[in-house]
Amino acid sequence: MKLLYFAWLREKIGLSEEDVMLPENLRSVADLVEWLRGRGPGYQAAFAQTKLVRCAIDQDFAQADSSIAGATEIAFFPPVTGG
Amino acid sequence: MPRIIVQQKDFDTGAELARLNAGDVGGISSFIGVVRGEGKITALHLEHYPAMTERALMKIADEAMARWPLSDCTIIHRVGTLHPGDNIVFVAAASAHRDAALRATAFLIDWLKTSAPFWKREDFVGGDTAWVAAREADEAVAAAWVK
Repeated sequence: MKLLYFAWLREKIGLSEEDVMLPENLRSVADLVEWLRGRGPGYQAAFAQTKLVRCAIDQDFAQADSSIAGATEIAFFPPVTGG
Repeated sequence: MPRIIVQQKDFDTGAELARLNAGDVGGISSFIGVVRGEGKITALHLEHYPAMTERALMKIADEAMARWPLSDCTIIHRVGTLHPGDNIVFVAAASAHRDAALRATAFLIDWLKTSAPFWKREDFVGGDTAWVAAREADEAVAAAWVK
């Protein structure tokens, strides 16, 4: 699965994107975040405050309880600030 | 068909408004967002999610077209590095009547602020730089449009 990171999540993790093999027991975005937190201090810092993290699954906004089954691209980013 | 553009360069507001004056249009409304410097910001960097941005903007435009009798609408958002006084975003709506055009324009910019994947980072006088935090007030304004 392809993971993308934007804005300060990208800076804290130190990557804009990566391909990962996920354990099969991950079901939701929240499960994925929990798994990512275990990958190192950059990830821990990025996902320290989950209320400041938003997500998109295959380019559509998603929620913490959204299923990640069948997803090919999941993006994490702060609340948007365009306009 | 809404016109959706994400680009680094500036837009020509006159040409964009003229383009909406077609068919049986009775009014064209627009909003232009400008980079605000407040005497402390030297530059603004706009990051976005290229694979998603145009799709998210098209959803906002389609929603406006569904809610009001518009003949057409336009969303243009700039990305990259901008400076105080630069145009950053253009939204416009054309309709037979002003009420639809005006309300749709407000909707377009209100929803864009909370529903399109853009992130701003500001450079300050003195060299500091910081990501702009989302404003709860923007969320509340956008939420007011939820049916």
